[in-house]
Amino acid sequence: MASSNGGGVLSSGNFGEVRVETVTKVYEKEDKCQTVLQDCSLYVNRGKLTVLMGPSGCGKTVLVNLIAGYEKPTSGHIYIDDVPVTGPGPDRLVVFQETALFPWMTVYSNVIFGCRVQGLNKGELKERAELILRKVGLYEFRDKYPSQLSGGMQRRAELARAMINDPKIMILDEPFRGLDAMTRQLMQEFYVALFEEVGRTNFFITHEIDEAIFLADRLVIMTFQPGKVKTEIEVDLPRPRDFRMLALPRFMEIREQAIELLYEEAAKAFAAGSKTAYDLVGALVARKGICKRTK
Amino acid sequence: MKKFFNVRVLRGFISIVIFVVLWQFVVLVKIPYLENLPYPKEVAVDGINAVGSKTYWFDWGISLSRIFIGFIAAQLIGIPLGLAMGISRVFKGFTFPVFEMLRPIPPIAWIPLAILFWPTRELSIYFLVFIGAFFIIVINVLQGVSNISVSLKWAASSLGARPKDIFWKIMVPGSLPSIVTGMTVGMGVTWNVLIAAEMIAGQGGLGRMTWEAYTNHNIPFIVVGMVSIGVAGYLCSTLIRWLSEKAMPWKKRF
Repeated sequence: MASSNGGGVLSSGNFGEVRVETVTKVYEKEDKCQTVLQDCSLYVNRGKLTVLMGPSGCGKTVLVNLIAGYEKPTSGHIYIDDVPVTGPGPDRLVVFQETALFPWMTVYSNVIFGCRVQGLNKGELKERAELILRKVGLYEFRDKYPSQLSGGMQRRAELARAMINDPKIMILDEPFRGLDAMTRQLMQEFYVALFEEVGRTNFFITHEIDEAIFLADRLVIMTFQPGKVKTEIEVDLPRPRDFRMLALPRFMEIREQAIELLYEEAAKAFAAGSKTAYDLVGALVARKGICKRTK
Repeated sequence: MKKFFNVRVLRGFISIVIFVVLWQFVVLVKIPYLENLPYPKEVAVDGINAVGSKTYWFDWGISLSRIFIGFIAAQLIGIPLGLAMGISRVFKGFTFPVFEMLRPIPPIAWIPLAILFWPTRELSIYFLVFIGAFFIIVINVLQGVSNISVSLKWAASSLGARPKDIFWKIMVPGSLPSIVTGMTVGMGVTWNVLIAAEMIAGQGGLGRMTWEAYTNHNIPFIVVGMVSIGVAGYLCSTLIRWLSEKAMPWKKRF
């Protein structure tokens, strides 16, 4: 169970929930229509870490963009605490796949950006900014530019930039993609500890199964195009999370379950559009009892 | 001392010496077609005399002021125009077609029209320098704006930035690298245009000075003129480079 004290100084504890109701998103390019999401419904619980998984191309990033308000659904509605989403806002902050730190600002300026454009003055912010920077371990780098930081440090800076605004919801779209394995693991530990301390609603997208289960309170698996929720798995592992839990039988159980479901969708993604590929994969899927991974 | 006289500096120095020696040799031995080149010594003497004379520096001043007026005008008009075209699709729709029609016309081709239509010679020269830099800066700014990743704009909106914040804090700094490129390339082109314009139609200036050396059959001074133009152009480019380093502290090298 995530800590419910709201992290004290870091947050006021006012967290939101997301309700995605039968959302459809169609892209029209010239005369071709691509339905990326079809009647997708999803619920992101207050105060929980919900992880979304699915094969490439299943519309996870599109869903992020819709919830964040960057794009509008073709049909359906999205609600944050029963208020419909009309555009971007500081109640839902996103950490993107590729770094979205402003290259021309220092880490410090980046982190205080949101507060500054909302009218707070520099003096008021100083204490809070320094606290957050220390929390993510970047205080010594506050005057550096993003290009001078490593990948892991950039991600941490983006987390700080989001957290300082105490959003109702944090959305992270494959934030650890591209990091080397060790940095990735450290970031996962760091991030989950942050979550457990503050207890904010988090919506996390990833490809990595172990990462997903390690972090999640609930796992949501999406289908390949058109995307909708395939299944949801409750991850009832104890908190605080620890990497030794990867050896627990319950972890293995959840993992097996997730792999089965993902494999089916991944096979469809792999074979997308090609009958030959689909037949080939079809044969593999049929024999999957034999080629199931052993660990 | 050791640091200064390292291998690279030595190599550079030796190559220049070889160049001058070859030059002297080519003229001395009367190599066909190159025999009328002046001797390095003549050029050097004329050069030293020029540096001591007032009219020479006067010509420098005239050329430099023409460059700055035309160039700065191009930036003041071109940068906002480029930003507006990059941000508003509607505005771009109205302005881009005409812009693209005029852009391929080389600035030098504008010389006759500029002379005919502007009331004074000076104005027509400013105009030509302006044309040289204008199209380049606009096209670069356009490129710069489109290069700004959409996720940066999204991140800014989510963080609560209003359109005017996005313009001043994202679009403008984000297009700075392209603005700098536009200024750097533009500066080179404006010198080209200026020298041609001065040779054809100007009064005073380094281009005119060089051309008059030609009409007066003062060959060594032609070379002095050329070298002067080169140095002036180099100094202007260095100024632009220095300004860019100051404006973009986040880019350590470019």
